[in-house]
Amino acid sequence: MNKEHSMSKLQLKNICKTYGSTAVVDDLSLDLRAGELVTLLGPSGCGKTTTLRMIAGFIELSAGTIEVDGTEISGAKRTVPPEHRGMSMIFQSYAIWPNMTVAENVGFGLKVRRTSADETQRRVGEMLDVVHLSHLAHRYPAELSGGQQQRVALARAMVVRPEVLLLDEPLSNLDANLREEMANEIRRLHDEFRFTTVYVTHDQSEAMTISDRIAVLNLGKLEQIDTPWNLYNRPRTPFVAGFIGRTNLVTGHLRAGQVTLDGFGGTVPVQPDAPRDQAEARVSIRPQSLHLGAAAHGALPMGRVSVVSRTYLGEYWDYMVRPVDGGEALKVHAPPSSVLEIGHESALSIDPAGVAVLS
Amino acid sequence: MSEAVLAPAPLRAAALRRAPHRLADPAFWLFAVLIALLVLLVANPVVRLVWDSFHTADGAWSLQSYATALGNARNLQALLNSLALGAAVTVLTLAMGVPLALAVSRSNMPARGLAHLSVLAAFVMPNFLGAIAWILLAGPNAGWLNRLWIELTGVDKGPFNIFSFWGLAFVIALYTYPLVYVFTKAALDLVSTELEDAAAIHGAGKFQTMVRVTLPLALPSIVGASILIFLEAIALYGTPALIAIPARINLATTQLVSFFQYPLQVEQAAAFSMPILLLTIVMLMLQRRLLARRGFVSVSGKGGERRPLDIGPWRWVLLAYASLIGLLSVVMPLVILVMASLSKAWGRGLASGNLTLGNYTTIFFEQVTVRNAIVNTLVYSIATALICVVMGICIAYATQRRVTPFPAVVQGLALAPVAVPGLIMAIGLYAAYAGPPFSLYGTGMLIVVAFTTRFLPIAVTACAAAVRSLNPELEEAVRVLGGGRVTVLAKVVLPLLKKTLVGVFILVFVICTKELSTAVFLTGPASRVVSVLTLDLSEQGNYETLAAMGVVLVVITTLVVAAGMRVAGRDFMLRRGG
Repeated sequence: MNKEHSMSKLQLKNICKTYGSTAVVDDLSLDLRAGELVTLLGPSGCGKTTTLRMIAGFIELSAGTIEVDGTEISGAKRTVPPEHRGMSMIFQSYAIWPNMTVAENVGFGLKVRRTSADETQRRVGEMLDVVHLSHLAHRYPAELSGGQQQRVALARAMVVRPEVLLLDEPLSNLDANLREEMANEIRRLHDEFRFTTVYVTHDQSEAMTISDRIAVLNLGKLEQIDTPWNLYNRPRTPFVAGFIGRTNLVTGHLRAGQVTLDGFGGTVPVQPDAPRDQAEARVSIRPQSLHLGAAAHGALPMGRVSVVSRTYLGEYWDYMVRPVDGGEALKVHAPPSSVLEIGHESALSIDPAGVAVLS
Repeated sequence: MSEAVLAPAPLRAAALRRAPHRLADPAFWLFAVLIALLVLLVANPVVRLVWDSFHTADGAWSLQSYATALGNARNLQALLNSLALGAAVTVLTLAMGVPLALAVSRSNMPARGLAHLSVLAAFVMPNFLGAIAWILLAGPNAGWLNRLWIELTGVDKGPFNIFSFWGLAFVIALYTYPLVYVFTKAALDLVSTELEDAAAIHGAGKFQTMVRVTLPLALPSIVGASILIFLEAIALYGTPALIAIPARINLATTQLVSFFQYPLQVEQAAAFSMPILLLTIVMLMLQRRLLARRGFVSVSGKGGERRPLDIGPWRWVLLAYASLIGLLSVVMPLVILVMASLSKAWGRGLASGNLTLGNYTTIFFEQVTVRNAIVNTLVYSIATALICVVMGICIAYATQRRVTPFPAVVQGLALAPVAVPGLIMAIGLYAAYAGPPFSLYGTGMLIVVAFTTRFLPIAVTACAAAVRSLNPELEEAVRVLGGGRVTVLAKVVLPLLKKTLVGVFILVFVICTKELSTAVFLTGPASRVVSVLTLDLSEQGNYETLAAMGVVLVVITTLVVAAGMRVAGRDFMLRRGG
């Protein structure tokens, strides 16, 4: 990280939102560095959209504070209204005003900021170039496709050079192909402009594609905030391990940095920052870190297993295997070429990088 | 066992595969009946109207009627007065309807439900009763508001005079503004909160958001409603007859009616109608284009939640304004009508010895004319509502699902009466059916025909919206399993649309009870309705009996509307038609 990225831009300090006796957001703290793109990821009802709307100023906090550049904008005493936060936002429905042309939509924020007409026109033109919409500047939104409307929303939000850019599930209304394209587009624009960005989604691959860091929320609480690589390979809680990618959640014995599993031979070294020794540790094992057949390079032997069930998914085989000597069944992802009938036995080996001890 | 169930019954299958003869197709007969009815109800009267305008009473081709009807300064002035009245009413209704719609749809004003209900009440209230009430309230000398003013200030003359241009415009506006409200509110209800949030987060304050985003989105609907209000004000006869005639303001509608006084000049009336008819058609086309304009449909993926806008202390200002409108349009008129109906002489006010139930015993047991008018109104309204619902659903289903040939023609004919002001439609119906061979003049039948023609578009529009809301696959599932069109209608469509149809029935019923302009030339002594009798009683100055009759009518319609709200939902009356 270079120096300009190390300072805090947006800080959420112990924020809570309760409706009656239900806590929608529960003691959440986040710290975004300037120019960072952080995704709030979680299942529906985890409080991610509420958090985003609190940052935007549409919802008041029940407790805690939100600061931008060290200045409090939401807190117990006052909530700066959305229009005075210098932020911008992309909504789930895009919220493109249907009564204005594309150019008018994009220029709106500049207009209410009393930017001169020349300047507005120039910046709107530049921004439309960036999102490849210059040829549609004078069209009305109803004439645009979903992806084009999305680009209008992006241009409108970025042209004001926001303090913080907020995105609320912006890709949820697009079809699968377009979603991938737009996710890459958002990442490209972020690399170009480096606005401090909070992005909300429930789609983990979308989050992995675009984020610097991902904050996984569950039931209003922060489970873990980390880089995409660490979230996948070093999940700290069962929820994160299960929510990011597919995994086997099993019980193992942890001693001196080594895990042993019931019914399986061999021990597996775990990450150096793993919790202290315990008899019953929760362990996450990624299905693709398990190999059937002769031990691959760098993998550790685990003894023999038999195939319980299997599903062919085209890109890989999904096997359920059980140790010959009895124990918990594990899910194994094997390449299409590795064909085993149900009931057949095979050797199992493991790549320790796919194993994480959870707290 | 299971094989027996799954195997197709061979005989039945063969019978099914035979294509029915064309004449056995119910769709053909439906089409024939609908077209015949529509030609009788809509096409014939309009054609007769145009035909008569170009002919003399003896049937010779002539432009004489145009020369006489339009070559007269007094008649032209009447047209101009009507245009001015239309403009004045439009401005007043906008001032009432738009803030109210904003308050109820988008703000956190308290008592929004009550405000909505007061608009509904103003819509249900017949405008001729409102006019009577305001004559009692703000008549130049005896009006209660004027006397209250004199009492309070000691001056010798009150400030209010309902018998004036602005008095007339004010009373018309009080009972037509619900249209502006409904159109504006329907548009505002579609504005997703996210559109306003987007304005806020991009730097616009509440006022800017309102002016730049919320109102522009509703603007086409507001302008569309203004056009309808303008046309309605020009076409109205009831309130002008009660207020404009005594005030010596000559309007197009009062002029039209005067062609029907002795000597009868149907051809001149027809000729005089033509400019009004043309104006109506042009403005309605304008309105349609405006509302169909691209770019004003709310574009959004997911609708998103809708939160009322916090407008701070302004909500109390709006509440006061809404209360004032409710007071002026509903509460004060109803109070004065009830009090007048319980008085021996309304001018004496709440004096002791003035109180009586005599007016009610008179209309129920003594004066046959009043009782008959009430009964006639109810019978004709029920009959019309029934016919409109049946025809409405048949036409809507046939055209929406393209059952009959030429669905566009059927629909166009059914909706055409929208473009014909009631009074002018009545002239056409008079020309077509009053004399031989039909000789319907003075019969209840002619009134029902007139009401049906006039309100069929309302029923067709509402039914069409309801049919559109049904997924056609529900019906196709019936067909695939071997049910015919009739089974589809009886087992799926009608049961699903039951509530809507009850709503349409009540809507048409209530509008019929208020209708005056279509009835005014067509009623005879035996087929008089409340609205027409109101004019007679008002001319005689018999306001006590009149008030009692009005109270009875309002009680009946209120009960019917309340029953309708239980069956068809709170909003069935105030939905935007089309």
